Amino acid sequence: MSGLTLSGIRKEFGTFVAVDNVELNVPEGSFVCLLGPSGCGKTTLLRMIAGLEQPTQGGILIDGADITGIPTHKRELGMVFQSLALFPHLSVADNISYALRIRGASKDEQHVRVQELLALIHLDGYGDRAVSQLSGGQRQRVAIARALALSPKLFLLDEPLSALDAKLREDMQVELRQLQQKLGITTIVVTHDQREAMTMADIVVVMGEGRIRQAASPVEIYRKPADTFVADFIGATNLLPLEVNGSGHAMFEGYALPGIEIPSKNTGATLSIRPEDLLITDKERGSVEGKVSFVRDLGSTIETFVEVNGATLTTVTTPRERVSVSVGDEVGLAFTPEHCVVLTQ
Amino acid sequence: MMRTAPQSTRDYAPLFYPALMLIIFFVIPFGTMIAVSFFQREVGGFYTVDFVFSNYERFLSLFFGKILGFSLGLAVLVSIICVSIAFPFTYLLTRCSRNVQVLWLVGILSILSLSEVIIGFSWSTIFSRTAGITNILVALGIMDTAKSLYPSFGAVLTAMVYQALPYTILVLYPALVRFDTDFLEVARTMGASPVRAFLNVMVPVQRNTILATLIMVFVFALGSYLLPQILGRPQHWTLSVLITDQAIYQSNMPFAAAMAVFLVLISLALVGLTLLVGGKKEAGA
Repeated sequence: MSGLTLSGIRKEFGTFVAVDNVELNVPEGSFVCLLGPSGCGKTTLLRMIAGLEQPTQGGILIDGADITGIPTHKRELGMVFQSLALFPHLSVADNISYALRIRGASKDEQHVRVQELLALIHLDGYGDRAVSQLSGGQRQRVAIARALALSPKLFLLDEPLSALDAKLREDMQVELRQLQQKLGITTIVVTHDQREAMTMADIVVVMGEGRIRQAASPVEIYRKPADTFVADFIGATNLLPLEVNGSGHAMFEGYALPGIEIPSKNTGATLSIRPEDLLITDKERGSVEGKVSFVRDLGSTIETFVEVNGATLTTVTTPRERVSVSVGDEVGLAFTPEHCVVLTQ
Repeated sequence: MMRTAPQSTRDYAPLFYPALMLIIFFVIPFGTMIAVSFFQREVGGFYTVDFVFSNYERFLSLFFGKILGFSLGLAVLVSIICVSIAFPFTYLLTRCSRNVQVLWLVGILSILSLSEVIIGFSWSTIFSRTAGITNILVALGIMDTAKSLYPSFGAVLTAMVYQALPYTILVLYPALVRFDTDFLEVARTMGASPVRAFLNVMVPVQRNTILATLIMVFVFALGSYLLPQILGRPQHWTLSVLITDQAIYQSNMPFAAAMAVFLVLISLALVGLTLLVGGKKEAGA
């Protein structure tokens, strides 16, 4: 099987289990984001793939070959660290050609490759500069070029864009994705920024408490979250605790919700409705009724908070579809059952 | 943070106390020594105030030149050996757990409490024929008969390295404990073995720390005068030994002062040269 395969990976630090029973297959040439809150084990998993940590259990395979016991410097990979770790004593060109020098490449080979890579990252002519003379975004590119110098099989990035300001980060996300598609290199990025993951990834792997909660395409993760953790972590959502009434219907705060099916073995579940799928209507026409508690007008979108028997639900609308409501109004909330996900865990 | 230049005498007030101490305990004694180095020696007496160059002239001979060269060479050798041992050691120490680090540092600090005399006589016992380490080697069958390992150059060097090593480690420790290990890890992801990553990333990044430590150990080793006498032959005596000899046993203060001034000037010149070469390299990098 081509690509990267992780089978039964577990990592313990003393009594703490950082990564638990991770099974993942990364097809060759795909872009995978490991996404999760801090401390979820995503960086540890990346470091194990790089060989900087040894898994307590399990195996790592590249193209079917087990590389678990192979030391980092013999694995063919490129890695960008969160701190970038550009060598301060070397010029931009010498930083990029470091891996080539280690391999004993000739001066000419090094020069040619450095020029290629500088062109790739749009920094032609910057080879002689000192690292300290570069801006944040330029350093980022140099770190990427340096990691790609040997055309590795696997490209690993640990929170690569976290040091950049918001605007630059968004630009770099697009650029990184385009670069990856151009080179067709198998890429794994660790991030805690779900927007970043949605922008770049073919497959988003959501991790929580050391385990993979869901691995799927960005749209599927958003539309069909596997559990409440994923639903809550990816984008904003309304999580409605459901109960089952005597006649087997889903109930929320005393309102029956027609069209929502709870698997028969469960006595309760959680309903996830994205704010943009929840519509404000007249009081009588909604599935549930509530009172507007706050309106946040952000210009491009308007968030309306509606209180339903003590629970607060959020809706998002655009100014064009503006339903004119203000704090204190009694409104109804409507939704289409197909846009909702019933989560049983 | 904005810094404004001091405006009035009042702004300089915090400097008065350290300046006063520096004048009393450094400038005045050193000035006196420079003055004495130009005085005329009274044979059988002490010295008379004068302004002669004879003390310096006497020093400019092959005999003293050789001793000066030996002293500087020994100090350079000690500083290079100390840094070569202490740099990897301190790096590995900073990777240990907190408790292990504290234990080692306490042990290393305790060596500093030993006086040069105790260190010298301890090593002379260790290197002796009757009670020294050669007896262990004989017992192990590595050597045939026990022998004395001192007086010798090796004995002087060993004891001086022993004495200077704790200083070296303590000077390197703060810089190395702050070192970002990402540099080494990133080098490994690019195909460098751990040893290679250490040599061509850690060492160059820490170049200034290494340079500063070399200079500190060099100056420290230059002042050593007991160890060469206890563990060495007369040809292993340093200039510091001769200065002591002239000042205390020959009562020739002006000549001792002249030698001391010369040693200080040569040391300063060497330190300056090292910084100059180091600074140029950095500018070129």
